[in-house]
Amino acid sequence: MLRLIGKRLLLLIPTLFGLSVLLFLWVRSLPGGPATALLGDKATPEAVARVNAAYGFDKPLVEQYFQYMGRILSGDFGSSLLTNRPVLEEFAARFPATLELSAFAIVFAVALGIPLGYWAARHVGRWQDQLAVLLSLMGVVVPVFFLAFILKWVFAVQLGWLPPDGRQNPRIDATHYTNFFVWDGLITGEFDAAFDAFTHLVLPGIALGTIPLAIIARITRASVLEVQNADYVRTAKAKGLAPNLIRNRFVMRNAMLPVITTLGLQLGLLISGAVLTETVFAFNGIGSFLWDAIFNLDFPVLQGFIIFIALIYSLINLVVDVSYGLIDPRVRVS
Amino acid sequence: MSMNLPPTPGGGPSAEMTPGAAPVGAPVEADGAPVAAGQTQSTSEPGMDTKGTSVWKDAFQRLKRNPAAIAGAIIVVLFFLVAILAPVLAPYPGESVPGAREITPGNIPGPGEIGAYPLGLDRFGGDVLSKLIWGAQASLTIGIVSTAMGLAGGMLLGLLAGTFGGWVDGVVMRIVDILLSVPNLLLAVSIAAVLGQGQYAVMIAIGVSQVPIFARLLRSSMLTQKGSDYVLAAQTLGLSRSTITMSHVLPNSVGPVIVQATLTLATAVIDAAALSFLGLGGGRPETAEWGRMLTYAQAELGIAPWLAFLPGICIAVTALGFTLLGESLREALDPKSRRR
Repeated sequence: MLRLIGKRLLLLIPTLFGLSVLLFLWVRSLPGGPATALLGDKATPEAVARVNAAYGFDKPLVEQYFQYMGRILSGDFGSSLLTNRPVLEEFAARFPATLELSAFAIVFAVALGIPLGYWAARHVGRWQDQLAVLLSLMGVVVPVFFLAFILKWVFAVQLGWLPPDGRQNPRIDATHYTNFFVWDGLITGEFDAAFDAFTHLVLPGIALGTIPLAIIARITRASVLEVQNADYVRTAKAKGLAPNLIRNRFVMRNAMLPVITTLGLQLGLLISGAVLTETVFAFNGIGSFLWDAIFNLDFPVLQGFIIFIALIYSLINLVVDVSYGLIDPRVRVS
Repeated sequence: MSMNLPPTPGGGPSAEMTPGAAPVGAPVEADGAPVAAGQTQSTSEPGMDTKGTSVWKDAFQRLKRNPAAIAGAIIVVLFFLVAILAPVLAPYPGESVPGAREITPGNIPGPGEIGAYPLGLDRFGGDVLSKLIWGAQASLTIGIVSTAMGLAGGMLLGLLAGTFGGWVDGVVMRIVDILLSVPNLLLAVSIAAVLGQGQYAVMIAIGVSQVPIFARLLRSSMLTQKGSDYVLAAQTLGLSRSTITMSHVLPNSVGPVIVQATLTLATAVIDAAALSFLGLGGGRPETAEWGRMLTYAQAELGIAPWLAFLPGICIAVTALGFTLLGESLREALDPKSRRR
């Protein structure tokens, strides 16, 4: 098990190294070069020359790359051009918001997706199955930002049940320790603040969770269909084991393997969805911050965020592979 | 309706699984061999009383009987027709604002309110029906061009990795890993940042972000085929490696890739809308593009919700068409369902 983890961590190195080279070249290929990107289009040639000298943009590329890597490895990702605060700080301030939203989305997706897929598989070919397949198909083809619109229009604009945007009602005087608003409200005993933050999570969370929900439902369905006819399930039935036991220990445990892989992949993809969802709901996480960064070509932020996200994505995949070994002993042996 | 592999919204690499994962719900590429085996056996065994049909012919027969495939095909054909015939069908040019005078800050005429604009006007005074029709053309162009790029790039990489193996495979797969480690949309956005905002940037961005999935699919499919008996037979006959690769392994490996390309068209339409929704499509605000229409519908959600619903429905229906077609194609090519 440790060897597997070690091997996977080693494989991360060339990937991240390649990514850093790409990002380095990416910044150098921005229109007008990095100095213009820093100063904006209207920069005078003198100002550009000054910045080039200050940041070392006039040195040979290889030398620049080593400087850049040195800075990154020491944790210096530069400062945002928009807010002038260090990228790392900006990321740390906003990441909890996106994490909170993603957690809601993934819990929503798993809590509904697995039972839906199981239900469909148990009624294969009948209307329940058709309905579940149709629902999951809808979840895949409806763009996440359009779904966000519909949810916002129905539940916030028309019915007024839930807040249309933001993370918390600004009129609530809430204490924030960790920037996980729901959690903060719970530990400080400000339950109204926690509840308010939670209501702000519901609509964007559902919008973000729908695609993973659809995919998890489909995988679960296909996987349960495959497993429930396996020889060992038949044997278990023949032995007269209780249906619940067969479901939990034999069918679900084996059927969950592909679901976990999918879940890992979906966690990584949530970031893309978060950019769109947070934009629609004016939810102040890394997604909406990235959006601003894209528009203003805030390249230190883009660069830093891409590295963070790639790292998180790779680590999630690592955890998925390792959890595989925990669930399926066959993987450990081979 | 049985499904063996999930589609890949956002172009996610769901076909690529960790080593232990492949067997359950194994998609076509994992057991692609039976497709080829069925094909070669049926033509080579003289004692068989049924005449062998080609995999594709067989798949087509099955598609014709599948209602989901027919529904998908109808949507796709309609979409193509509308996109191609846009100059004939659309009452107004894409960026024109014929109804600019009818718009007041608090009121936007909706569907049916003014006879000349059957689906109403948008905030600029553009005819919504015309913009939807021109939008179909924009989506089709972006979808096809970007998927063609992704397909070409991915197949080239996959072919290199699958044919040569060894260090070539290692290098190619590391490149693919790097591309995969950045979420799709972010990759597209980074590319668009370098190329500037515009249609071409969107096409290239989506195309590049599709490369990994095609590369991995073709590679894994080729690796499975390479172990087949017919390859061994071809080697025994002394055929050159390039002949074996190009005329034996490749044709038998492209099935899953073609299925994926159909499904990817759906993702490309959605991604294109997402990128122009985010404002990376460039051009003027009144450009007729579905994603762009949604961007500007945001502010009017309270008074003119149809401005968001109509383009959104267009995106979803188009994506549905390609998805249904791709899923049915996968099912039709799946050796497991062939036997039934």
